[in-house]
Amino acid sequence: MDLSLSTRTVPGPDGDRTVVEVGGEIDVYTAPKLREQLVELVNDGSYHLVVDMEGVDFLDSTGLGVLVGGLKRVRAHEGSLRLVCNQERILKIFRITGLTKVFPIHTSVDEAVNAKD
Amino acid sequence: MATVELRFSALPEHVRTARLVAAAVARRAGVDEAVLDEVRLAVGEACSRAVGLHISSGVDSPVRVVLTEEEKRFSIEVGDDAPADPSSYAVPAARTAAGHHPDPDALDGAEDGEDQMGLAVISGLVDDVEVTTGEAGGLIRMSWPTTPDSVTP
Repeated sequence: MDLSLSTRTVPGPDGDRTVVEVGGEIDVYTAPKLREQLVELVNDGSYHLVVDMEGVDFLDSTGLGVLVGGLKRVRAHEGSLRLVCNQERILKIFRITGLTKVFPIHTSVDEAVNAKD
Repeated sequence: MATVELRFSALPEHVRTARLVAAAVARRAGVDEAVLDEVRLAVGEACSRAVGLHISSGVDSPVRVVLTEEEKRFSIEVGDDAPADPSSYAVPAARTAAGHHPDPDALDGAEDGEDQMGLAVISGLVDDVEVTTGEAGGLIRMSWPTTPDSVTP
């Protein structure tokens, strides 16, 4: 299954949040598309991102690298990058690499959008 | 003798095929259903790394994946033909950072050199893993226990 991406803007208590809904497989082949999307959003001035990973079937270290890159980009603008994920097999990869300490991981888009920075 | 052997051009689009084949053969060999996700991820990481090494070293040869059903174990070898680079087998930064509070800046290479994070994921996932590198190329060997009784028809 290929990667699917869609974005929408959701108002939060601290301003607008851009929700990036990701579906399918994020791997060495598809990760560049996600990277382009995140770079484009930051270049367009969206610095508070919520990446919804509930539709992700597969994530590897290439995908992790892209998310870390996105985090660095938004932080350069004092922004934020929050993840939404409830899937154990995906969460496990964040735990193995210690990235659960780097990314705020939420159980719903609502929770992520309303989280205080 | 290998149960299934796969050779593919070192291109990112073929890594998914390798994952699917490895998971299918592992399932038939009797690897526990709950572990198949790990097999899929580990093979994907090893193949992504090999593809990256071939591309960065300008090696034209294919990446090799050897899937072998042994007695009570299922093993996978992913071989590349890229000459050894000392940095490719240093302790992965992300792994040493696990459990601490990794600074994203310390993961600077993460975006371009997924290599290190890939090895960190493999070593975090697979108990029996061996990474060797040499002038002629590298090899990642991994294995998982099988339960023959659970072999699917």
